[in-house]
Amino acid sequence: MPTKIEKDAVSGQDTTGHEWDGVKELNTPLPTWWVYTFYACIVFALVYCVLYPSWPSLRGHTEGLLGHTNRADLARSLEAQTKSRAAFVDRIRTTSLADIRKDTGLFNFALAGGRSAFQTNCIQCHGAGGAGSVGYPNLADDKWLWGGEIGQIHTTIQHGIRNANEKSRQGLMPRFGADELLTAAQVAAVTDHVLSLSGRAKPTPEGAKVFQEQCLACHQADGKGNQELGAPNLTDGIWLYGGDRDSLYRTIFYARNGSMPAWGERLDEATLKMLALYVHSLGGGR
Amino acid sequence: MDTRHKDDDAVSLRTAKAALPLYLTRIKVYPRAVRGLWRRVKWAALILLLGIYYLVPWLRWDRGPGVPDQAILIDLDGRRGWFFDVVIWPQEIYFVTGLLILAAFGLFFATSLFGRVWCGFACPQTVWTDLFMLVERLIEGDRNERMRLDKAPISFGKAARKGLKHAAWLVIAAATGGAWIFYYVDAPTTLVSIFRGTASLEVYFFIGLLTATTYLLAGWAREQVCTYMCPWPRFQAAMLDEQSVIVTYQKWRGEQRGKHKAGQGWEGRGDCVDCNLCVAVCPTGIDIRDGQQTECIGCGLCIDACNQTMVKVGRPQDLIRWDTLANQQAKEQGARGVEWTPLRPRTLLYAALLAVVSAVILVAFFLRTDTELTVQRDRSPNIVRLSNGDVRNSYTVKILNKTQAEVRFELAVEKLPGVTLGFLAPEVEGAGAGTRMTVRPDSVGTFRVFLTVAAGTAPRGSRPIEFIVRDTAGRQRAAHASVFVGPAP
Repeated sequence: MPTKIEKDAVSGQDTTGHEWDGVKELNTPLPTWWVYTFYACIVFALVYCVLYPSWPSLRGHTEGLLGHTNRADLARSLEAQTKSRAAFVDRIRTTSLADIRKDTGLFNFALAGGRSAFQTNCIQCHGAGGAGSVGYPNLADDKWLWGGEIGQIHTTIQHGIRNANEKSRQGLMPRFGADELLTAAQVAAVTDHVLSLSGRAKPTPEGAKVFQEQCLACHQADGKGNQELGAPNLTDGIWLYGGDRDSLYRTIFYARNGSMPAWGERLDEATLKMLALYVHSLGGGR
Repeated sequence: MDTRHKDDDAVSLRTAKAALPLYLTRIKVYPRAVRGLWRRVKWAALILLLGIYYLVPWLRWDRGPGVPDQAILIDLDGRRGWFFDVVIWPQEIYFVTGLLILAAFGLFFATSLFGRVWCGFACPQTVWTDLFMLVERLIEGDRNERMRLDKAPISFGKAARKGLKHAAWLVIAAATGGAWIFYYVDAPTTLVSIFRGTASLEVYFFIGLLTATTYLLAGWAREQVCTYMCPWPRFQAAMLDEQSVIVTYQKWRGEQRGKHKAGQGWEGRGDCVDCNLCVAVCPTGIDIRDGQQTECIGCGLCIDACNQTMVKVGRPQDLIRWDTLANQQAKEQGARGVEWTPLRPRTLLYAALLAVVSAVILVAFFLRTDTELTVQRDRSPNIVRLSNGDVRNSYTVKILNKTQAEVRFELAVEKLPGVTLGFLAPEVEGAGAGTRMTVRPDSVGTFRVFLTVAAGTAPRGSRPIEFIVRDTAGRQRAAHASVFVGPAP
């Protein structure tokens, strides 16, 4: 115990009474406001420990009287969001696609919702804004494999393409070269014929013969394709897997047959409709 | 009781601190009430400024249906500033910046002419402190009574007075915070909802925050804000010079100071009778007779105090007066004094800057348009090739209609021959030339626009183009430059 508490002559402060080799320590207590803030923090921490999850145990942790979890918070806020959108979403569910387009407010909501769903589910393959890439169609142009009307787009999104869904879009291009349905020379000839459809090569009788025998059933005699079968138009300037001779040769030799999931198995009806409206609005919708 | 005698004990903080050790806590200032011209000016400024502050949100201004009828409203939710008939959009915040610059130069200008006139008369800290001191005086009495009350041991009477004072302070502080909120929300409806408990959390939070700051700064901190917290006294020295009119003690007339008994002569001594009244009334607790000090806020109350005494002892008034340092220095050296020259390079410069900034703001204000157009080109996909080889770019066009009426616009694209416009919006009537786009009052119309150019005529690479909106009378309302991107050259 310090015994001699005396005032320091220079600063006028109390000393602690401790002395080391003639040096006395000034007593500079913590500011009162600081001390009370510190006590308040301790009280806060104790109350927090009782009310909220805090202490770890061997299995899990203490739950706290309020039973608060961040996961429940998230669930609640998601629920609140769903609720706040319910009026619009219900109307979208019960309104036909054509009628939604006539209702400015509902249409704008659907476009915003579709855009959001598109960014979550679609841009991985189709790119932001539906720009597409090799093997994944550009959704902003006017070429459609399975039809560009709003209803057709909706069906494609709902059931997907070449997947296990019962109603999925089906259409198969044979692997003409790989499965030895055609010789390499025949594939080369028909490749030239396909190029000639868009005026990029001279038609040959040999190529025309192969095309007549093998391709006409799906791609039609004029090469304009058939959207029922997902057979693309071969006469225009848009090529999903590349329009140069080499890419076309590979397409005919090995076939392509890209697929898309049936989004109806994952998304609700309103989201599917919003997606269809959004994709239709990207520029190519008919 | 002779209060004059009590004030003889008044010492300035500087004197008190000099006698104290290195570390010290605040020495509380007990300003004495004073009457006089400058006190009246201060009361007038207080009534005027607080009146403006508390009453302005209640001014109504009829703007028609569907829009706020509050004359001055900063609607953060709606992203609009309403100032009578002027509506400021968020992107026009530079007008506020301009006003702040104007306020800064105005402060410099006033300071170079009249010293810390802002601090002494118009600063919110001074005005609210004055109001709080008035309440304190009405409840606890004047300087000596307050000092006695503070020294007295706790009693029922003391607790009651102190409690009443703090309650009154808190009420004023809450009203202050409340008035602040009313600049951002509709005042009449929010006042009701505050008391019903249905106002938003933000409203209660900011009322609480401003209640706390007003109570602490005007009730407790007072002159410490000016002396320690405020940056303005630190650099005001750069605006002041020897020709600025400030509160001065006429040392050449006042010294040698000393007590004076009735009937004594005035030869061989100064006019200052050392009554210490100037120290007792000072809200920052200084002695003006020590000369210029950073603590002085230039409120002029010591002038009133000294004049009271000068009248009593029968000497000429204005021993402490508004004057320039140049004049006082000249007189101290026995010269005739120096004329005040308000027109000096410094004041002319500040006046010129004020004029320039005002002109810039006014020109910007009168050039502001009621229609704006922004165009954002989609970059994903960057360009779209159609099956027949045509090239298409897509754009998001936003038309800002700042008027209070619905406007129908026509959109045109120039510098791109052979372009076809396509739209995707139910509110667009027609297609191609003569397309009408309707934009609601005080809002932004957003439209997706597709520009298509035939394969043969499509530009190679990027070509600058211009979007133009016209009203139905054919008058151009806004334009925006953009580009059309064709296939790589």
